[in-house]
Amino acid sequence: MTYVRDVGALARKDLLLELRAQDTLPAMLLFVAAIFVVFHFALPGNPTRLETSGFLWVAILFTALLGLGRAFVPEREQRTMDGLVLAPCDRSAIWLAKSLATLAFLAAAEVVALPLYALFFHSVGGATVLAVVLADLGICAVGTFLGAMAVVTRARDLLLPLLFLPLAMPIVVGAVGASVGHSPGKYLGFLALYDLLFGVVCWGSFEYVVAE
Amino acid sequence: MSAPGATIRRTVGLSRIPLPALAAASLVLVTTALVLVFFVAPTDINQGFSQRIFYFHVSLAFTAYACFVCGAWQALRHLWKRDPRADLQSYVCVHQGLIFGALVLLTGSIWAKISWGHWWVWGEDELVLFLILYLFYCAYFMLRFSVEPGTQRANLSAVYALFGVVLIPVSFAAIRLSKEFLHPRVFTLSGPNFGGWILVTYCVAQAALLVLAYTLYRLELAGKRLDLRLRELREVLA
Repeated sequence: MTYVRDVGALARKDLLLELRAQDTLPAMLLFVAAIFVVFHFALPGNPTRLETSGFLWVAILFTALLGLGRAFVPEREQRTMDGLVLAPCDRSAIWLAKSLATLAFLAAAEVVALPLYALFFHSVGGATVLAVVLADLGICAVGTFLGAMAVVTRARDLLLPLLFLPLAMPIVVGAVGASVGHSPGKYLGFLALYDLLFGVVCWGSFEYVVAE
Repeated sequence: MSAPGATIRRTVGLSRIPLPALAAASLVLVTTALVLVFFVAPTDINQGFSQRIFYFHVSLAFTAYACFVCGAWQALRHLWKRDPRADLQSYVCVHQGLIFGALVLLTGSIWAKISWGHWWVWGEDELVLFLILYLFYCAYFMLRFSVEPGTQRANLSAVYALFGVVLIPVSFAAIRLSKEFLHPRVFTLSGPNFGGWILVTYCVAQAALLVLAYTLYRLELAGKRLDLRLRELREVLA
């Protein structure tokens, strides 16, 4: 129970910070709208549903990267990471809370992005929405973990996409497959498996990322 | 966790084999493998002479996997047992894996050019997987060289190396899944009759590359340790 309370308090801190500073979410919203416009001009003619489905996932992934890159910036700028690590709570709670906060931002961005996509290109099916939910979990779990790694390096923001994209390849496969495939169940199952597997790995090894 | 590892090390005693002996063994094995591949193994009826590259391509891939898994195992030992040598060993394993991985991409590319006329074929599972792994492990090096040497660098490298072994089967499954919507036409190769000289040649080539990889690993490790020792001595003298 204490663990849940700790996670709640930490996630609340991040959400409150975003509510007051409004650093990340407006940027993500603007980015996803801008990238759709770029796609319109990058896809000549009348792109089919198959083609635009792929682009939707590129947009989601890059928008997520934008949010993930900002995830640990307050900790770095205010030097609060040491305080968090010293706090009498399980260290994995820091990762879980940060993942939940990032998930909230990404979900908020998608609430705008999906209708916008439907308006600009093609309608969004139920399987795609389910895939978005499952993919978000994986993206935020792995992305936040790697964000915590990247933030302590010299390269910082430069490193996160390099670390993240090879690991996000299975998410893209599952998500695109669920969006365009004839039997989305298999792909959704794969996404759920990915979330579970990497969720456990991240949860178990986060302590080593923040421990000196 | 280290008990079985320690037992294996004691019984096999790999690390006690002197480096010159290993180098000689790899030279003999690689030469034997080359002779077997080019002069003894029968020519494939369907694919002709070019099929012989498979003896190296497949063995290289297996060796690279072995290096990555070994790197992850050493990473686990670093995180779990805090073995001070494990970090460097893990790094050297991954480095060797990356070298062998590059050769997998190269041999696969040559084979694709001969078989299908293109230097790159997305329909070949293992090639695509190695491209993803190659990108992943290149990022490992970017990560490692972007952090000051110390416990934190060792920890981050170890955790990322562990992610690698989880990524291998997941990516493989993903590539298989992606074929259904990316490549409706699946390339099927007529399964080779795995017997006689083909099997012997493959086994020798595989053994040769594994011994070669281990020799290179030991060589690099010795060099890196010497480098580290020299730096320590310099610091003491300064």
